[in-house]
Amino acid sequence: MPTNELVIRDVSKWHGKVEAISGVNLTLGSGERVALLGHNGAGKTTLIRMILGLTRIDGGEISVFGAAPGSARARQDTAYLPEAVAFHKSLTGREQLRLFTKLAGEPKAVTDSLLERVGLEDAADRRIGTWSKGMRQRLGLAQVMLGRPKLALLDEPTSGLDPISRTDFYEILDELVAQGTAVLVSSHALTELEARTDRIAILRKGKLVAEDSLASLRRRAQLPVRLIVSTASENAAQVATELGGARVNCRGVELSCTAHDKMARLGRIAELGGLVDDVDVIPPSLEDLYRHFATGEIKQ
Amino acid sequence: MIKRMLAIAVTELLIAARNRWIAIATALMILFSLALTFAGSAPTGALGVDLLTVSVASMTTLSVYLVPLLALLLAFDSIAGEVERGGLALLLTHPVSRSEVLIGKLIAHIVALLVAIFLGLGAAGFAAWAAGGASAESIAALSRLGWSAVLLGATFLSIGYALSALTRNSVSAAGMVIAIWVVFVVLYDLGLLGALVYDGGGYFTQQVFPWLLVANPADAFRLFNLAGSESLAAATGLTGAVGAVPYWAVAASLLGWPLIALLLARITLRRVEP
Repeated sequence: MPTNELVIRDVSKWHGKVEAISGVNLTLGSGERVALLGHNGAGKTTLIRMILGLTRIDGGEISVFGAAPGSARARQDTAYLPEAVAFHKSLTGREQLRLFTKLAGEPKAVTDSLLERVGLEDAADRRIGTWSKGMRQRLGLAQVMLGRPKLALLDEPTSGLDPISRTDFYEILDELVAQGTAVLVSSHALTELEARTDRIAILRKGKLVAEDSLASLRRRAQLPVRLIVSTASENAAQVATELGGARVNCRGVELSCTAHDKMARLGRIAELGGLVDDVDVIPPSLEDLYRHFATGEIKQ
Repeated sequence: MIKRMLAIAVTELLIAARNRWIAIATALMILFSLALTFAGSAPTGALGVDLLTVSVASMTTLSVYLVPLLALLLAFDSIAGEVERGGLALLLTHPVSRSEVLIGKLIAHIVALLVAIFLGLGAAGFAAWAAGGASAESIAALSRLGWSAVLLGATFLSIGYALSALTRNSVSAAGMVIAIWVVFVVLYDLGLLGALVYDGGGYFTQQVFPWLLVANPADAFRLFNLAGSESLAAATGLTGAVGAVPYWAVAASLLGWPLIALLLARITLRRVEP
């Protein structure tokens, strides 16, 4: 299967008697962007380390471009951004990146252009020990872009980044995807991932409890849509009884309904005419969806 | 492959220089070598050898203690520390093998030791020559001391990596290297001495003891330097021990240990999950 950069088949991992990863299946194709979500300890990092060949696989198999995880072939085209990027404190950013550039067999000039790309050209000759976390994360990103990887594994890449750095980060991610890199991002910054992933995989206690596009996950979860009706305070009680909703404050009434019933309910609200000032329709957020899958339902 | 090893080596050298390890080790070597050269100037007349010969004899003893210690201190953190920081995990996801990382580090650390040893011994040699007591033979003995000390250092560097990979924890690794140092350069000799006294010149003393001496890289280093120069052996009063083992065995131990230790380090590194 030449189109699948990464195939994970029925993989499990035991930490002593605890099954840290159990029967996980996942595939990633070229240019595909998949979010790996889960609580701390759900097994996200363990799974990523197994794909990298850093942690041994106890059951099942992983194939990276048809090669074994951690093999020379797999490492050549795989990039990794660890959760806490650990560079040597005494090296400057340029020295550290130059090492990675040399190991990748890329020309020297690549180091400088990558430093510029991630906005580190001014800090590049200072020791990494003096850098902020955001700067270290940018250097981590620079080494991810090195050598046009076919597969990028990013472990909680935006944790600890300020909003502007985060925007920059997603821009760079878009560049990677545009050049055909398959990207696996683990995160619990759920709302950020919303518009940017092709599929979402949710891990719960080492099991993959959901793996689908955002739209299908929404359909499957059948989470209620919330409608917030604003009204004048003297009418709130009447509106609440008419619509069968709950008062959230003196001027608001909250209703919830399925996505299917949404239009009918809006029609009912419109019939109330002058009693209603405004209506807000709030679809279930990724946060709600995540909570639904990560805490309850097991994948069918 | 060579390019990647050199890339690792250059980076490790930068780190050793930045941490002032090279400066501190060099200063130590110079200080001790000079001190021993001048402290040793007293007995030259009595033994009929020049000042540098006596100083090389003292420096051989010094190197047996100091070089393994410097090497172990340089090596103990280099696997464990990187495992703890997560640096090794990131490094190994790049196109570089564990062997290349290990040998790259070894090259860098050997160069660092080389600088410290040659500047230290060079300073002593120059001082002894300036004080008027050097000969072609003593200069040859000094240079032999220098490069054999580098081989001794290489052995203990790899032992340090192996312990570092075995413990995967800087603090335990630090404890382990000190323990290993004490065993190799102090306890081993004390044990042998005790056995000699107990044996009282019997089979053990004649047949087993010389080989046990050669088996320890630190003792092999000592024997190698003393066997290389008669006046040196005379200066240390160890002529008897030197003659008991064939020279090839001493040389084989000195040359073989760095390879054995490197193999040991490679095997322990394979089992590390960074």
